[in-house]
Amino acid sequence: MSRDRRTPFNRVGEFLNQWSVPRQMRGADHRTDAARSRMSETLRPRLEDADRVGTSICPYCAVGCAQLVYARDGRAIHVEGDPRSPINEGTLCPKGSATIGWMNAPDRLSKVLHRAPYSDRWEEKPLDWAMDRIAHLTRQTRDETFVEALPGGETVNHTLGLASLGGATLDNEENYAIKKLFGGGLGMVWIENQARV
Amino acid sequence: MTHVHPRAADYGQSFLDGPIDDESELTAGVKIEPGKSYGFFTDTTLCIGCKACEVACKEWNVLPADHAEFSGMSYDNTRDLSAHSWRHVTFAERMDPDDRPDEMPPYQTAWLMMSDVCKHCDPAPCLESCPTGSLFRTEFDTVVVQQDICNGCGYCVPSCPFGVIDLSTLDGKAHKCTLCYDRLKGGLEPACSKACPTDSIQFGEITELHERADKRVEQLKDMGREDAYLYGAPDTPGATGGIEKLNAFFLLTDAPEVYNLPAAPSRSAERLRPALATGLAAFAGVAAVAAVLLGGRRKGR
Amino acid sequence: MPSLGTSYGRGAATLAQWDLAKSDCVVIMGSNMAENHPIAFRFVMQAKAKGAAVVHADPRFTRTSALADIYAPVRAGSDIAFLGGIIRYLLENDAWFRDYALAYTNLSTIIRDDFQGPEDLDGVFSGFEPDMKAYFVDSWQYEGMAVPSPRSEHHPQTEMDFTACAGRMSEKPPHRDPTLRHPQCVYQIMRRHYARYTPEMVERVTGCRKETFLKICETLARNSGRERTSAFCYAVGWTHHSTGVQIIRAAAIIQALLGNVGRPGGGILALRGHSSIQGSTDIPTLYNMLPGYLAQPNVNKSHGSLDDYLKGETPPTGWWHNEPKYVISLLKAWYGDRATAANDYGFDWVPKIIGDHSQLPMTLAIRDNVIKGMFLLGQNPAIGGSNSRLVQRGLAELDWLVVRDFAETETAAFWYQGCPVRDGELAPSDIKTEVFLMPASIAGEKDGTFTNTHRLVQWHDKVVDGPGDSRSELWFIHHLAKRLKALYADSRDARDRPIQALNWPYPEVDARGEPDVEAVLKEINGYTCGDETPVGTFKDLKDDGSTACGCWIYSGVYPKEGHNQARSRKADGPGGPGTHLGWAFAWPANRRTLYNRASADLDGKPWSEEKTLVWWDADKESWQSPDAIDFEPSKAPGYQPDWNQKPEGMDALDGGSPFIMTADGKAALFVPSGLKDAPLPTHYEPIESPVLNPLYAQQSVPTAKRWNREDNPYHAPEDAQYPHILTTYRLTEHHSGGTPTRSVPSTAELQPEGFCEIPPELAARHGLRTGDWVVLETSRGAVETRALVTSRLRPFEIDGRAVFQIGMPWHFGWRGYATGDVANVLTSIVGDANTTMHENKALTCRLRPGRLSGGRR
Repeated sequence: MSRDRRTPFNRVGEFLNQWSVPRQMRGADHRTDAARSRMSETLRPRLEDADRVGTSICPYCAVGCAQLVYARDGRAIHVEGDPRSPINEGTLCPKGSATIGWMNAPDRLSKVLHRAPYSDRWEEKPLDWAMDRIAHLTRQTRDETFVEALPGGETVNHTLGLASLGGATLDNEENYAIKKLFGGGLGMVWIENQARV
Repeated sequence: MTHVHPRAADYGQSFLDGPIDDESELTAGVKIEPGKSYGFFTDTTLCIGCKACEVACKEWNVLPADHAEFSGMSYDNTRDLSAHSWRHVTFAERMDPDDRPDEMPPYQTAWLMMSDVCKHCDPAPCLESCPTGSLFRTEFDTVVVQQDICNGCGYCVPSCPFGVIDLSTLDGKAHKCTLCYDRLKGGLEPACSKACPTDSIQFGEITELHERADKRVEQLKDMGREDAYLYGAPDTPGATGGIEKLNAFFLLTDAPEVYNLPAAPSRSAERLRPALATGLAAFAGVAAVAAVLLGGRRKGR
Repeated sequence: MPSLGTSYGRGAATLAQWDLAKSDCVVIMGSNMAENHPIAFRFVMQAKAKGAAVVHADPRFTRTSALADIYAPVRAGSDIAFLGGIIRYLLENDAWFRDYALAYTNLSTIIRDDFQGPEDLDGVFSGFEPDMKAYFVDSWQYEGMAVPSPRSEHHPQTEMDFTACAGRMSEKPPHRDPTLRHPQCVYQIMRRHYARYTPEMVERVTGCRKETFLKICETLARNSGRERTSAFCYAVGWTHHSTGVQIIRAAAIIQALLGNVGRPGGGILALRGHSSIQGSTDIPTLYNMLPGYLAQPNVNKSHGSLDDYLKGETPPTGWWHNEPKYVISLLKAWYGDRATAANDYGFDWVPKIIGDHSQLPMTLAIRDNVIKGMFLLGQNPAIGGSNSRLVQRGLAELDWLVVRDFAETETAAFWYQGCPVRDGELAPSDIKTEVFLMPASIAGEKDGTFTNTHRLVQWHDKVVDGPGDSRSELWFIHHLAKRLKALYADSRDARDRPIQALNWPYPEVDARGEPDVEAVLKEINGYTCGDETPVGTFKDLKDDGSTACGCWIYSGVYPKEGHNQARSRKADGPGGPGTHLGWAFAWPANRRTLYNRASADLDGKPWSEEKTLVWWDADKESWQSPDAIDFEPSKAPGYQPDWNQKPEGMDALDGGSPFIMTADGKAALFVPSGLKDAPLPTHYEPIESPVLNPLYAQQSVPTAKRWNREDNPYHAPEDAQYPHILTTYRLTEHHSGGTPTRSVPSTAELQPEGFCEIPPELAARHGLRTGDWVVLETSRGAVETRALVTSRLRPFEIDGRAVFQIGMPWHFGWRGYATGDVANVLTSIVGDANTTMHENKALTCRLRPGRLSGGRR
């Protein structure tokens, strides 16, 4: 098995560019003899740069810790515990503390990747194209596999040819829409998630 | 029972205008004001070894990853404090295979975990050894490297009795915990102690922390934890060799060495003369020595 | 969670996490709480600071054990023997809370005289049909009446007319013997059943010293009762077993016997592992349920018409008698104006299930080419699915696969990096599957609600857009629905009526076309048809088609236009009650502690001043509490049903029945219906075990779901080829299938490589040291990983012989910065009879030093 590992050190550039202290020191006079440098004089926490601060709920486990998401110019600049929450009172575990790392993960996808049958590669595709294609395939598979009644005559109105897996990481509204469309609309019965307990 | 801080009621909305004013009051019960002394009291008996402190520190300070391989040292893959790891949770499995415990005294036992950090010594040997004035004592009584001044001489590195301060392989300058200097200026608790799930790391005014820690030791002794003691508070182990106190001090239940702490740290002042008073030639010589030492240490990793 | 559902009425944690701070004793078992729920463990430490005892029972000494006062090492898969031992201890030492248990449980209820247990039948219960590997539950019923379970599946397998017999619950109260002398009362049945679970037997089966076991019994009993309360915390360490439901049932029995349910600091906290895993059960993306724990229509039940369905599913007594209101309101929410009384509100459009369509059989159905097209929405089964090789091989049989995630998962990469390709069995050019990998938005990038582990529905704000073409799942479903409705718009086929009729009114609110999430939340909450005014509570719902409601138990989350309670951020400050009713919304009806009427005695007086939560105010003729009351607000404690009137619903429950979702208002120590494997928890060995069952001739649970086939073989009991126990688990540093933490440098570096934990005694036999490579192997597959030799794992002496356990975290895979072999290559597809939950906490394996051949990695 080849190890597809890009080293964590690839955050080096980010470190040099974003680490709060050097970021603040740009333009500072490094020859000053004073104990407190200009960097130290002007230093402020970057949370103060935020132009939007909203409440989120930690996306990892089910404890439900509240988080404050700080953003500037449409990009999250930091996520930390919300001190108002009676659950976490500002604290976060190692995973919750890494939420900003998740949002800005180096490997995040930003485009739809498509792998054609028998192909050996991913290809980037427009979102609309993918949605149209998926809708077409969904209809085709449903139409090919839909069963209105069993041989004994019992109405079932379902398809066993389509399946959906996942939901425990999703919002209630999303789970509702999944069950409604896939179950109530399309007749899917293979609908499952991580919560089989 | 959990009760949030009364000032939380001033922020009843989902969206906020900006950071909560003096947020540290809500998270640590202390308002941060220049001119007072702040630090950490790390109570290892409450530590669950989760490493939230390490992650919170790295994400706040945008520090790169140091290691990507299994160390085999219990659950410690961080290995040591470095220019890029300012919090480090040490793990010591203290379990005799011939006598594995079932009933244990209260709080952390058998698997010792401690979040290590820069001690922000008073007085600070690193600061004393710094020839450029890059290392300085802030208005919060913490010790910070100013990278806009630091020239990467490395003089501070061997002067630290705890092996904390380190030169970065990225910019060649000295880096270590700043006790979140930027956050303190904004009334925010340091990232690590704010995140700590069990309040093993407590941030506050040093004198208040000392009182709290003394009480905690007494409480633990009352519960039968005769092994509890402070490390780095005035007149305790850790505050030795000319160091009066560590502004980041610890409550331990086993020998300091078990936690990778020196039993009797001392100021480097006796070993290396403060650099500001010495000439450039001496500085260059020591820097060269430091570079050799450091190079060797790196290879050893 | 049918365990808590059948025992107490609702399949959910009974208390809020912060309430643990009020516990006098916290028992953590089946959970590594400090590692996997560190912030919940915060409250355990708060309880500890006030003097609480902390007990941890687990196969491994973990970071939770390190902070515990008592650590009980128990062999993986022996939990029921341990808990059964506690039940026996409580009963035989009269250490249970008599006034509570007599009043609020079915302890004194008489069970049919033809009921027999494993004592009589060599390890099985009466009603077992060996050919079907299933039970008929006739003999498990109350004397003279059948008892519907409070869970969705009300219609168990019986030879009698269950619905008719259940109707008798409206005619008289169940036959009870308050003296507890009747040989068929639950108390006497339990005493007989648990007689052999002695401390000596506990030691023999679990490997835990009997002194340690007894210390835990004493600690638990001492910290329970009138003045004190204890809590149990569990997680998937209990659920991931072929007997998972019954393990939790055993805890439910203990907590009801001790009077710990519904009281401050007491109860059972189910610690769940994903951000909205509770929500995805409440509003289920699950095959067998409709939102709000309503049953998915099933062709094997009398569900031929809406009337039949409602007749079969609606219990005569208790709160669930309201079920028709919730069913019809759901159909109205789904099909809108197209749902009318004339067409049974579209009941026939809801697909019927024909069997078990859960994840394990789904995996096989993919492999066997039954399933052609698949959506994977935030799940990574190549890592998390049992028998990973089979999972990965199966994916190549799909015609198409849509994967939605934030990064490329192992599952998405199966066609070029998966086992079959790596092993040379298939090349990409052999794999027909068309794969879509779509970028997904995460919390912070989308509006919506998560339901946490204690039923708290919390809103998260959209603060930024997800990168590039990242979209929410709601966006995906919404735009897929719009396209499908357009594609089917002109169809005249009856089979296409459901998609045409589907009510899909959600407005789009931004340039990306993201739907209005609050509009969906409002539909979940429920509204009056016509004027679309939100309902304030589920009491406003009707069975006449005049209301619509997407999930009745969430009614109240959006009680007024513009009032989104899930978004409320007003917690209690000092001096407040600490129930935090102003912080978000807890289902049902914002109740924070379930069954809280049980915190007061039969007269409505709190059992103790210290543990006051709910009390009856005779002057105001109503119940008072700083919590929302989980009882009829003005039903007096002395209320008695008038049996001459054949009372239905809540009228049939007296004023001393806090468990309002059960048909008799009592906590079920003995479960007459709703479970497929046993009315009382019974120790069976895991499907794969190195030892024979020391308790019964029946080795493993006879009703387990097994799929023994060439690509999914099982190990026989005592199989010498696979002598060691293997248990899989999570680490605090990683999350589930690992993508969210292995892809993030700051977490990846904390546990950068896969490993397994081995006790030094076993390591010595193989000359292994920490850091050495080892190969673990089962009949499903083999993995190589690093050894971490640690005394935290200990050898067990089970039934007189040494047994070793090996532990392996299951997070790892080949993508991201932290990598390692996939632990689930080793596990098998086998399931609990009730839930089809896999058994990945206890299986057998063999170990050898070295690496797999072929230069992998």
